[in-house]
Amino acid sequence: MPTPPNPVDTLFVLVSTALVLLMTPALALFYGGLARAKNILNTAMMSLAAFAVVGILWAVLGYSIAFAPGTALVGGFSLAALRNIGLETRDGTTIPHLLYFAYQGTFAVITAALISGAIVERMRFRAYLLFIGLWSLIVYAPVAHWVWGGGWLGRLGVLDFAGGTVVHITAGTAALVAASMVGPRRDYGRQAFLPHNVPMMLTGAALLWFGWVGFNGGSALAVNGVAVQATVNTILAPMAALATWLTIDLARSGRATAVGAGTAIVVGLVAITPACGFVSPRAALAIGAIAAIPCYFAILKRASTRLDDSLDVLGAHGTGGITGALLTGVFASAAWGGTDGLMHGNAALVGKQLLGVVATVAWTGLATWGILAAIRAVMPLRVGARDEALGLDVCEHGEEGYTDGEGAILVLQSADATPTAPLRRSA
Amino acid sequence: MKLVVAIIRPERLNAVLESLYRAEVRGLTVSKVQGHGGEVEQVENYRGTTVKMDLQAKVRLEIGVSESFVTPTVNAIVDAARTGDVGDGKIFVLPVERVVRIRTGEEDQLAVTPEAPAP
Repeated sequence: MPTPPNPVDTLFVLVSTALVLLMTPALALFYGGLARAKNILNTAMMSLAAFAVVGILWAVLGYSIAFAPGTALVGGFSLAALRNIGLETRDGTTIPHLLYFAYQGTFAVITAALISGAIVERMRFRAYLLFIGLWSLIVYAPVAHWVWGGGWLGRLGVLDFAGGTVVHITAGTAALVAASMVGPRRDYGRQAFLPHNVPMMLTGAALLWFGWVGFNGGSALAVNGVAVQATVNTILAPMAALATWLTIDLARSGRATAVGAGTAIVVGLVAITPACGFVSPRAALAIGAIAAIPCYFAILKRASTRLDDSLDVLGAHGTGGITGALLTGVFASAAWGGTDGLMHGNAALVGKQLLGVVATVAWTGLATWGILAAIRAVMPLRVGARDEALGLDVCEHGEEGYTDGEGAILVLQSADATPTAPLRRSA
Repeated sequence: MKLVVAIIRPERLNAVLESLYRAEVRGLTVSKVQGHGGEVEQVENYRGTTVKMDLQAKVRLEIGVSESFVTPTVNAIVDAARTGDVGDGKIFVLPVERVVRIRTGEEDQLAVTPEAPAP
């Protein structure tokens, strides 16, 4: 008779699952606020639709690829379609297997949603749905297996507490590839794209931070010192990143920007994610403060290139994730639950972390390219020029985010009427 | 002097502004308006309610120009705003009785595009 689940730990992970679940709608607000008003619904839907696509594929196959026993590269099929996942304690934890499945599922969903920031305002919704579905099975699930599911990076001793590599480096790399394959928005480089609702973006940032407590703290999977350490680190690092960001803003232009502040919070969260259960709170402050610097200048530089990574997924999540993964190798400490890193005399850990980064970037880049090339072979990745100019809300979704309803005439449909023809589609 | 009033598609606004800038037309007023010009209706759905957007979002430009600038201004707008589909909009050229630049009190030809030629 296996040990029954620990009720306190179970409650903790239940709450953490709810917190991480909130992060995907929070991302919809964060990205939605940064987009233009004519694309608010499309941008938000790209995040929300990940529940429908990635969430279900996770139950069908993704979880098994990531967490079932298998080879060093991929898991097996023993947990596919929710088989063998019940209320018994999951090996290596004190919580029910079903809860562990759901908790991990919320991670898979937000990771795919993160990529959408790179291709907003021009990608066809259908192509996007197909893309994130395939991506979650071909990229996310295997990399999760490498690090957390008994795969080769985990066995090698690469440290990733809550998903710096699995979530943020994969999403950031995929963003780079997707932005270049889908191509820039048609008026990119000629017209300035301003965020249409900064308070919405800040609300999203606040909710992301709140949810991230469950993302990082919950990754301890038990109510213990590690959970407290990870939670406190998740509070300290974004504060330090915010302080750095505001300082650079003030030094450069004399003005501390709100959009910058929202970005800084996310960057600090991303950077501490791989480290939070392995480093001291003092190191968390350092990681947050340091990571803000490369991200700030990566985002600044990106705007002057032809890479239309529209909402800077690469700059925030890719750069932040890689910096965080490497700094984990620097600051990790055996006394704080990790293995000793560079600061504690073990430079080899930085090498392992670097290997983890390179392997993840290489596989993610290659596979993302392959998936998008395959989709492009069967359908266009972008909407037409006219639809892009008009906005994707009306063209792809048949709704507007902000309308006073003036001039709207109710169409009464008889019971057998065919649905009214949608807005004409441009070639 | 003439007042050029143009009703155009919002998605063509940036192209029109660029075109006017190239034509050296300076000084204009832009407002968001709603209107209807016989175009295909835009159909939207909200929780099972199907609506036809009878009034379309349009942008109105108002530009005060001197006589010699009327044709370049109209051409610049037409070139940039035309898509060939119903709903591209209209341009109205109206006579103007008097124009005053508030800052300086300059009147008429001195107060519209182009500014007074160098003496």
